[in-house]
Amino acid sequence: MSHLAKDMTASVTWKDITPGGVIFEGGTSKVVETGDWRTVKPVLDSSKCKQCLLCAPVCPDMSIPVDKEGKRGDFNYFFCKGCGICANVCPFGAITMVGDDQ
Amino acid sequence: MSYSLKENIIKEDRFAGGHRMCAGCGCPIAVRTVLRALEPEDHAVVCSATSCLEVSSFMYPYTSYQDSFIHNAFENAAATLSGVETAYRVMKKMGKIDASYKFIAFGGDGGTYDIGFQSLSGAMERGHDMVYVCYDNEAYMNTGIQRSSSTPQFADTTTTPVGKMIPGKPQQKKNLTKIMVAHGIPYVAQTTFFGNFKDITEKSQKAIYTPGPAFLNIMAPCPRGWRYPSEKLMEITKLAIETCVWPLYEVIEGKYVLNYRPKEKLPVQEYLKVQGRFSHMFHPGNEWMIEQVQQEVDLNWKELLKLCGT
Repeated sequence: MSHLAKDMTASVTWKDITPGGVIFEGGTSKVVETGDWRTVKPVLDSSKCKQCLLCAPVCPDMSIPVDKEGKRGDFNYFFCKGCGICANVCPFGAITMVGDDQ
Repeated sequence: MSYSLKENIIKEDRFAGGHRMCAGCGCPIAVRTVLRALEPEDHAVVCSATSCLEVSSFMYPYTSYQDSFIHNAFENAAATLSGVETAYRVMKKMGKIDASYKFIAFGGDGGTYDIGFQSLSGAMERGHDMVYVCYDNEAYMNTGIQRSSSTPQFADTTTTPVGKMIPGKPQQKKNLTKIMVAHGIPYVAQTTFFGNFKDITEKSQKAIYTPGPAFLNIMAPCPRGWRYPSEKLMEITKLAIETCVWPLYEVIEGKYVLNYRPKEKLPVQEYLKVQGRFSHMFHPGNEWMIEQVQQEVDLNWKELLKLCGT
C-alpha cells in the first residue's frame, strides 16, 4: 500500500490509510487550491514596481515568489486568497485589488 | 551580520501554501517568518498546540510543513516537543543521528497563555533546547472568538459580549512575556510584523540559535476576531507598536533591551478605533474605558523603560 499523500484519495478506506495518520512527505498541502476563495485579486503593475520586496514577507499564503536574484515575480493565484495586505503595504501603488472576474 | 530583507526572502519557505487559514491571517506570516530564520542546512521538528494553525495546516494527508511536524493535544505542545528534543539528544549521543535538528513549538494565545501554560512552564524550567512561539491573536479564534487570558480589557468577544452587564472583557490582559522572563531562560522576546521584518527575523534567529529554551511572543492580528478589513494588518501592528500597546523588546540572559522607541508615542485611541472589537469604547459616556486603557499602557511602558534602563 502506498504511503504517499497523492494516493490518499477519497476512495481510500480507513483500512488503507497510513497508521496513525502519519504523512511521510513535506509540504503536501501544495496541491490544495485556496485561490478559489478569492473575491478580489491583486494585480501587479511591473512598471511601477521598484522591487523593494516589502510585499513579499507580509503574504500569508506564500503567493509572492521571489527568485534567487531577489526579484519578485507575478502572483501565485493558485494560493492567493485576495486579502489585500500586499497592495496596502506597497509604497509605490504598484499593486491594485480588482474584482476576481476581471 | 546585518539584516537584508532580500537575503532573507530569497530563502526557500519552509511553510507551504495550500493551508486553510483565513485570508489576511497574521499567524501564517509569523510561522513562515520564524521558519525562514532556520539555516537551510538545519532540519527542524515543528510542534503545534491545537489552534487555528494546527487544524488549518495539518489536515490528513496535507501538511504545510516541509519539516517534521508533530501534534499531540491542546495543552501539551511544549511537553511533546521537549520529549522529542530529549529523544534527539539521546540518539545523537548514541550516534544514531548525524544531522542538526532544531525544535520549534507554535501555540496560539489560548494554547499558550491558558491551556498549555503548565507544560510550557515545565519545558522552559527543564531547560530543553527549544523555542516556543506564541502567535498571539488575543482570543480563541478557532472556536469562535471566546475570550482568553490574553484578550485585552474591554474587547468584545462571544463570551464577553458588550451589553448592559459588562463593557466587554472585564479583566486586563495577562503579561505572558514577563512571566516567561521570570523563568530565567536565556532568551525571551516580544515582536510583531513591522516594516521590513528585521525585528521579527532577528529575534527568531536568536531564539532558534540560542542554546537552551527560548520564548517568542508574536502579536498576530485576526481580521475576523478583531473586526478590521484584512488588508489593514500591517497598519494595525504598526499602531500597536507606535501606541506602546505592544512594545518591541527582548530579554537576553535577564537583561532587558528595548528594540524600538516611537518618536512620538501615539494615543491609544489610534489603535483601538481601527478595530470593531473596541468600537463601543467610542460611544458617548464610555470615555472612561479609553482613559483606563491609556493609563494601563502608560504604566506598562514606564515600567518597561525602567527595566530597559532608558
